[in-house]
Amino acid sequence: MNSTKSNTLALRSCEDIVHVRQTVRTWMVEQRFTLVDQTKMVTATSELARNAVDYAGGGTAQLELLEESGRIGIRVLIEDHGPGIANIEQAMTDGFTSGQGMGLGLGGSKRLVDDFEIWSEPGKGTRVSITRWK
Amino acid sequence: MERIPILKVGEFLLVSIQVDMHDRLVLSLQDDLTAQVVVSRAKGVLIDISALDMVDSFIGRMLGNMAAMTRALGAETVVVGMQPAVAITIVELGLVLTDVRTAINVDKGMALLQNLLNESSVIDSHEFHEK
Amino acid sequence: MTTTTPNRIADVLTRHEQPILEDWLREQLAALSARQDLISEADLRRQSTEFLALFTPACRMGNLTDITTPEWKPGCDFLGDVSRSRAIQGFSPSETATFVFSLKQPLFTRLRQELGTDATALAEEMWSATVLLDKLGLYTTEVYQKTREEVIKRQQTDMLELSTPVVKLWDGIIALPLIGTLDSGRTNVMMNTLLQNIVATGSSIAIVDITGVPTVDTLVAQYLLKTVYAARLMGAECIISGIRPQIAQTMVHLGVEFGNVVTKSTLADALSYAFRQIGCTVTKPAQRA
Repeated sequence: MNSTKSNTLALRSCEDIVHVRQTVRTWMVEQRFTLVDQTKMVTATSELARNAVDYAGGGTAQLELLEESGRIGIRVLIEDHGPGIANIEQAMTDGFTSGQGMGLGLGGSKRLVDDFEIWSEPGKGTRVSITRWK
Repeated sequence: MERIPILKVGEFLLVSIQVDMHDRLVLSLQDDLTAQVVVSRAKGVLIDISALDMVDSFIGRMLGNMAAMTRALGAETVVVGMQPAVAITIVELGLVLTDVRTAINVDKGMALLQNLLNESSVIDSHEFHEK
Repeated sequence: MTTTTPNRIADVLTRHEQPILEDWLREQLAALSARQDLISEADLRRQSTEFLALFTPACRMGNLTDITTPEWKPGCDFLGDVSRSRAIQGFSPSETATFVFSLKQPLFTRLRQELGTDATALAEEMWSATVLLDKLGLYTTEVYQKTREEVIKRQQTDMLELSTPVVKLWDGIIALPLIGTLDSGRTNVMMNTLLQNIVATGSSIAIVDITGVPTVDTLVAQYLLKTVYAARLMGAECIISGIRPQIAQTMVHLGVEFGNVVTKSTLADALSYAFRQIGCTVTKPAQRA
């Protein structure tokens, strides 16, 4: 798998969330993903970015353009240094909420993308990587 | 600071969301809308989201909240113009827009509000005829 | 010695250009005798002349082993165009590769004439010409393959679009009659087309008729449900009709619940339900006495 383009954006405020998802949208339009693919990826990014801003005091979003045996993919890695998640399996279930009213973030985002990976350690932070292939 | 305009159309209010929503904009819209419902004594609210290219759980919750707020003030809210890609994404995400009425476009939304208004005032069984 | 060898091929090509071209054309015509409907002799002559004009100077540069270098680019680009057009015209892969491979015979004949006495030089030149022409031949096959794949891909998308005909039944009522097996790709396209049409026509009722769908498994049922929910989010009602007894049984066995989704056994039932929803009544004209 080759990474042909990369960009790291800060996630501190709600304006940053808007900026990150607009950047993801632009990249996907450039790579001519379908409108539904674009919308799913942008929405998943938005959910995860909001988790990082609202519950972990901010973090970063790293966008990467991937190429693997002729296929184009876009990966977004959202990283924070917040409280982390003790029970990932439980956090992935719909309806589970840590803050106020956020229950769809992880499980829902996973359904919107092709690849979903999560690493978390309580007290250290959380990294979530999502990829959508064309 | 940017604000989302609220137009008065007859007995209804029309809000057209044309920009990417962030938190402060949402809060100011909620303030403006609830105030306008009271001032204009509107009987219904149409929120046009045809220009919105995504609805995540935050925006979904905001739409639900606005519908609940205006309902408490005596005006039903109908969300109109949701794009297909947005609808597909919401279903996949598992987001449930409880108590939010929807219509395909502003025309249909207006007709729905009118129907709701008629139902609540006089029940007219001869009301139905082909458009 | 290695510095002089490559130029022998170029020399032969330059010196015997016309006879090589004629021999080569004869070879090609013989191989393509059954294909005269697809390409005319004049076109073939034009393509061959053009290729030789690019091939000879590239040979003269001295590199006969690596065709990815800049001096080979014009030749390869031209071959690519020939391959692509032949793939689209309906030539077979071997007929396409013949274009390059049939150059061997005329070229070898001339080489033999020139170097007949020098067995070592002849073997050397034949070998490098073989390697070179094989590489170019494989290149044409590769381009051919790629073009065919593109054609197939495009046909698949075309077919998907053709297989989702959304029809307007009444003002505000559209229907999508589905025929054939539903897989996830097709269901995705179907869902998209239906929802787009709801917006475009401003319809508040959409009927998905699955009379022509042989089986419904859990995945397909889920897709249908998602379509219904997405339509509902947009403010339209989606009715599923044409559920045959076996399908109803399978769905119950699979544990698929259509919950609060309106389902009808025939398209006619769905239509009459839709009429009621939009406030239309259908009456027979008063009977004549």
